[in-house]
Amino acid sequence: MGVAIRKTKAELGLADLYQGARRYLPGGEEITAVRAAAFDRFNAVGLPHRRVEAWRYTDLRTQMKEAKRLASLPDDAAKTKAREARDLFAGAGFRKLMVVDGAFVPELSDLADLEPGLAIQPMSDALAADKPLLSQRLGPVVPDDDPALALNTALAANGVVILVAPGTALSRPIHVAFVTTNWVATSMFTRSLVNIGAGASATVVESHQGPDGSEYQVNTAMQLVVGDEARIDHIKVVGEGNGALHIGSLLANIGARATFNQLGFVAGGSLIRNQLFVRLAGEGTVADIRGGALLSGTQHADTTLAIEHAAENGQSRETFKAVVGDTARAVFQGKITVAPGAQKTDAKMMSRALLLSDEAEADSKPELEIFADDVQCGHGTTTGAIDDELLFYLMARGIPPADAKALLIQAFIGEIIEGAANESVRDALTGAMLGWLGQRE
Amino acid sequence: MTALLEIKGLHAEIAGGRKIIQGLDLTVNKGEIHAIMGPNGAGKSTLSYVLAGKPGYEITAGEVYLNGEDLLAMEADERAAKGVFLAFQYPLEIPGVATLTFLRAAFNAQRKARGEEELSSPDLIKRVREIAKTLNIDADMLKRPLNVGFSGGEKKRNETLQMALLQPSLCVLDETDSGLDIDALKVVANGVNALRSAERGMIVITHYQRLLDYIVPDIVHVFAAGRIVRTGGADLARELEATGYAQYQSEAA
Repeated sequence: MGVAIRKTKAELGLADLYQGARRYLPGGEEITAVRAAAFDRFNAVGLPHRRVEAWRYTDLRTQMKEAKRLASLPDDAAKTKAREARDLFAGAGFRKLMVVDGAFVPELSDLADLEPGLAIQPMSDALAADKPLLSQRLGPVVPDDDPALALNTALAANGVVILVAPGTALSRPIHVAFVTTNWVATSMFTRSLVNIGAGASATVVESHQGPDGSEYQVNTAMQLVVGDEARIDHIKVVGEGNGALHIGSLLANIGARATFNQLGFVAGGSLIRNQLFVRLAGEGTVADIRGGALLSGTQHADTTLAIEHAAENGQSRETFKAVVGDTARAVFQGKITVAPGAQKTDAKMMSRALLLSDEAEADSKPELEIFADDVQCGHGTTTGAIDDELLFYLMARGIPPADAKALLIQAFIGEIIEGAANESVRDALTGAMLGWLGQRE
Repeated sequence: MTALLEIKGLHAEIAGGRKIIQGLDLTVNKGEIHAIMGPNGAGKSTLSYVLAGKPGYEITAGEVYLNGEDLLAMEADERAAKGVFLAFQYPLEIPGVATLTFLRAAFNAQRKARGEEELSSPDLIKRVREIAKTLNIDADMLKRPLNVGFSGGEKKRNETLQMALLQPSLCVLDETDSGLDIDALKVVANGVNALRSAERGMIVITHYQRLLDYIVPDIVHVFAAGRIVRTGGADLARELEATGYAQYQSEAA
C-alpha cells in the first residue's frame, strides 16, 4: 500500500466543509475531539467505493461528484416553506417536530404539553453541553470504519434528542419531519438520538423530504437506545426530491426482553443509502425489521443491514421488498451475526424484488455469521417480474392491465406496510404507495 | 338472430408450435348450456383460455364472435367487460389482495369499461354478502387474501361468487368439478343453476359426467384432438360414462 490515492473533488470539498465548519460546530472539548477523530477516519479512506465490501453496489466515490456547501440556518421564508410542505402524517395527531435544512426549529415543533417522562431538545444544545451523544452511548454498535457515518459524526450540527423516561408509555407517536426547503443544492448533516428507558414504549416516525430538481445532499443518522423490556416502533420514510442524495444510518442498541419494530420506506430521492446497524444486546428481544422501496427512473436505493444477536433467546425477522421500474436499481445487503453464547437465536431474513422493466436491476447479498451452535437462522432472496398468470386472472375479471399491475404491486409491498402497528402510519404509507403508482400511469 | 358465441374453423397452437385446437366449430345461443367433454389432453382447457384471451396462444386460423363482435381482437379485460367469464380450473392465489378488494376492482372496472356508473362500496358489499350467503361463503372469507389458504371447495365457490356478481353473458366453466367433494359440488352447481337464464349461455367443460347430473346441459359435445367429434343431447354424457373416450381418441388419431 502506501500509495496515496488522489482525492476526488467531492472528497476535497468535504474536507473543506469540515475545516470551514469545525470552529463553530456545536461541542465542547470532548465532542470536538470525537469530531476530529471521525474526520481523520473518513479522510484516511475517503468516500466508499465498490472495492469496499459494505459499499460494493453503491460506489459513492464515483457517484458523488461534489460536496454541496452546508445549508444555512433556515430563515423566515424557509420556515414558511417547511410549514407548508406536504405532510404524509397530517391529521394523524402525531407530535410533530421539524428539522428544517438540517436545523431543529422549536417554533415549528409541537413542544406543548409534553407527557410526563418525555423530554425533547435540539441536538445542537446537547452537543454544545458536551454531552457524549455522538457515539459513546452505543458502544460496539457504532461501526468506526464506515466513512459515511464518520462524516456524519464529524459534521452533524443538529437534530433532535428525544428522551423517554423508564416506564413511560407514550401513546402519542412522535413525527420528526426533516424538510429541505432550498432548491439551491446544499448539504445537511443531522444526528438524532432517541432514548427509550427501561419498560417504556414509544412510536417515532421520521420523514425526509425536499424539492424536486435539486441535487441536495443529506447525511442523517439516528441513534436508538432502547432499554430492557422497552418497546420502540421506528418508521423512516425517505420521500426526498428526485435529485437528492440521501445517506441514512440507523444505530440501534436494544436491551433485554425488548420489542424493536423498524420499518423503512423509500419512495423518493435519487441516490439513497440506508444503512442499519442493529445490536440486540440483551437476551429475549424480539425484532421485526422491514423495508420497502418503490423505485423508478434512474433511482438507486441501497439498504444495508447489519444485525447482531449478542445475547441468547433473541428473535428477529428481516423482510425487505423493492419494486423496481425503468432503469432503477435496488440493492439489499443483509448480514445477521450471532455472537458466541447467543444460543436459541431465531433469525430469518428475506429479500424480494419485483422488477417492472427489463432494464431494472436488483442486487441482493445476504450473509449469516454464526458463532453459536444452537440457533435457527435462515435467509432467502427472490427476484422476478410480475406473474403473468396472476395478471391474466385479474384481467379475465375485467381489470385493465395497468390497474391489475398496480394491484399486484400493492399486494407485494403491502406486506411491508402491514408491519406498522399504527393504523395512521399504515394509511400514510399506503397513500405514499398509491401516489407513486399514480405517477407511473 | 345473432348467436351469443360463434366459433368458426378455429385453429390454435401454443406459442412455440404445438397444435392444440384443430378446426373447431361451435355455436352457443342465448339460454343454452353446452357441455364439452373429452379425454385429458384434448385441448379443452386451451379452448377456455383462448376464449378468455390468455396470452401465449396463437390463433392460426378461424374466427370467434361474441354477439357478433370479433372476440379475438380484444384483450382479456375487454372480453370480460363484454360478458365473457372463465371459471378457472385452478383459481389463482393472490397474497396481499383481499377478496373483497378484488371483487370491487373487477366489478367497477367492468362497469367503467361499459360506461356505467360505479357502485358505491356499501352497495357492493351488500350485494356480495347476499350472493355469498347463497354459496355458504362466510364474511370472514371475503376479508382474506384472494384464494390464499382456501380449500378446493372454497376456491370454486369463490369463482361462482364472482360469476354471480359479474353477471356475464357467456360463462365458461373449466373443470369446475375438479377437487370438489359431493357436497361442495352441489353448492357450486346450485350457484351455477341459479344463473341459468334465457339471456345467458354457458360452456361447461368437464372430463366426467358427474357434474352434468347437477348442471344438466342442453347439448353435449365430445371434444377430441382439438375438435368436436360428436354432438348429442344430455344422454350422450351418460353414454360416455359407460363407454369412455377410447373410441374417439382412436378416431381422431
